[in-house]
Amino acid sequence: MKVLAALSGGVDSAVAAARAVDAGHDVTGVHLALASDPAMSRNGARGCCSLEDARDARRAADRMGVPFYVWDLADRFRAEVVDDFVAEYAAGHTPNPCLRCNERIKFAAVLDRALALGFDAVVTGHYARLVGGLLHRAVDPAKDQSYVLAVLTADQLAHALFPIGDSLKAAVRAEARERALLVADKPDSHDVCFIPDGDTAGWLRRRLGAHPGAVVDAETGDILGHHDGAYAFTVGQRRGLAIERPSPDGRPRYVVDVDVVSARLAVGPASALDVDVIEGDRLRWCGPVPTLPARCLAQVRAHGEAVPATATVLADGLRVELQRPVRAVAPGQAVVLYSEDRVLGSATVTWRGSTRLAL
Amino acid sequence: MAYLDHAATTPMLPAALEAMAAQLGGVGNASSLHSAGRLARRVVEESRETLAAALGARPGDVVFTSGGTESDNLAIKGLYWARRAADPARIRILASAVEHHAVLDAVLWLVEHEGADVTWLPVDTVGRVDPEELRSAIGPDVALVSVMWANNEVGTIQPVAQLADIAQEHGVPMHTDAVQAVGQVPVDFAASGVAALSLAGHKFGGPFGAGALVLGREVACTSLLHGGGQERDVRSGTFDVPALAGLAAASQHAADQQGALAERLAALRDDLIDRVLGAVPDAVLNGEPSLDAAVRLPGNAHFSFPGCEGDALLMLLDARGIACSTGSACSAGVARPSHVLLAMGHDEARARASLRFSLGHSSGPADVDALVEAIAPSVERARLASRRSR
Repeated sequence: MKVLAALSGGVDSAVAAARAVDAGHDVTGVHLALASDPAMSRNGARGCCSLEDARDARRAADRMGVPFYVWDLADRFRAEVVDDFVAEYAAGHTPNPCLRCNERIKFAAVLDRALALGFDAVVTGHYARLVGGLLHRAVDPAKDQSYVLAVLTADQLAHALFPIGDSLKAAVRAEARERALLVADKPDSHDVCFIPDGDTAGWLRRRLGAHPGAVVDAETGDILGHHDGAYAFTVGQRRGLAIERPSPDGRPRYVVDVDVVSARLAVGPASALDVDVIEGDRLRWCGPVPTLPARCLAQVRAHGEAVPATATVLADGLRVELQRPVRAVAPGQAVVLYSEDRVLGSATVTWRGSTRLAL
Repeated sequence: MAYLDHAATTPMLPAALEAMAAQLGGVGNASSLHSAGRLARRVVEESRETLAAALGARPGDVVFTSGGTESDNLAIKGLYWARRAADPARIRILASAVEHHAVLDAVLWLVEHEGADVTWLPVDTVGRVDPEELRSAIGPDVALVSVMWANNEVGTIQPVAQLADIAQEHGVPMHTDAVQAVGQVPVDFAASGVAALSLAGHKFGGPFGAGALVLGREVACTSLLHGGGQERDVRSGTFDVPALAGLAAASQHAADQQGALAERLAALRDDLIDRVLGAVPDAVLNGEPSLDAAVRLPGNAHFSFPGCEGDALLMLLDARGIACSTGSACSAGVARPSHVLLAMGHDEARARASLRFSLGHSSGPADVDALVEAIAPSVERARLASRRSR
């Protein structure tokens, strides 16, 4: 096959592309320039946008002897991922930009362009497996990225290759060393790639400005303190809350609800974070639609636990009833459904609640 | 491979390779006082004389540099500082809107850090500066004028002598970036009337990393690189003897062969334009529509292919063994819409849809044939990709 390998400049995408070459594919490497001004973006070697990463990607392509180009997707990335990220936080939601990037950039803008240019598929360094065209978890549970790919349709997955999903991260690094790829020991990226210093709250404050409001007790409504922007808080967050009075029971309090309209941040005990019913919209099946209601596993964050659940389809989305509660679910997060290791599909959380304790 | 990117760099000429190779095994710092040093210095000075003769300059006018970017920076910043030091009112720079980034960014740096003002001289739809624009913009507060000899993207040749006359009338030094011109069109420093002229060896068959600023001996210019003061105290750095020997040999060859080369390239290039327009009827030629070597570089062809992204088209042509260029790219390798095309009044879509094909001494009819065969299917594919990803 003629394939386009997305090279981020990191070790995973480099080994993925090298494996595609070994498998006999006709590989072309492409680095996606996502920052509006690459020179201005993060320094160092951790992200996916810096000049150094572009060079590392180029050197990986050199080592494999494949052509290499840089594609400028900065405008699309800003419009589809960064602006969406800001808007979601401004609405009090907790978005996942990696998932959005896969949905709208890597497997949309890039895949569409690749197909039109005569490529058959896009190769990435995601830790996930395709088994008979169906998306599955990676072999390495610590690195599994099936969660952030659960927005892809069967048609998109039919044009994707994930060559490292069947390997452990340590093995991928060892292989990079064997292949003399210079990125073998490059640190993993962790943070949001477009927030160079990892300070999401500060980054949001610069874009959204200060919107001071009250921190209130979720049960009594008593004002416990103040904040300068509810969007900087996420459900389940404990740190950064300037609470002036200790709780009566002396136990820590967490953000249990973010209401940006009234600028109200509700806090409560850990038990108030428990959720066992989730509703979501933007329902996406990654393969055949399962028989409904579906007995499945539900996962609400990239590396969270998958909990046994029953999923039903509502008129305008998905309802998931969990067999045991999970903690701290925020609107905007994705709920991803699995059948064992197979990804069934996903939805974006719009509402969550507890059958034991009303929020 | 059909190499159609000679404006980016052109292969070294055999004469330059030979001259350079003859020096690579030698010893002797050209600034040393012993006989080995003198021998090396002799090569440097003979190279200076050869280069000066090839460009209608005096040997004393030649300041060797590492290439076009350094020459442009030295001219822009050095002339600015020297002129401002003589009269603090001289802080305005007049430069054309279609200069190479080595000039543009040096000017912008002076604006940001050294209190300079800039007036960008506009160009017409073919990319040419009207001398009357200079005449109306120039004044006693002008530190220097910089207008390139020939544009690197669309190949338009500027009326350098007319512009230099106007600058001279006002006692203002004019710099010209002649990096693309040397070897392709006649370049005579003295006859042009400019105060400073940049050139780069690798653009006319010399080595990378060697160039010169031809700077009139009487023109004051502040140094950028301080040290041994090897070049008139205007530029320091140990002489790169082999590279300068190669540079000089290439300049002599370029001057001797310029007429014949221009004639051959113009014929090839005209054929290329005819046949590309035949294969892709809605392609448009950018720049000077007259293909006369007095107004357009003989090796330059620059098109917009409506509905295509230039970078996609470049990739498709590359896959078919054809090397060309999209104009400028940022340091990460991202293709940018050309400021040259935008300055010529074209919109961003047309700028992004453009490709440059440039011919040089090693070009032949087979290169043109290869392009003509590949262009139509590549354009068709690139259009499809552009429509799909919108």
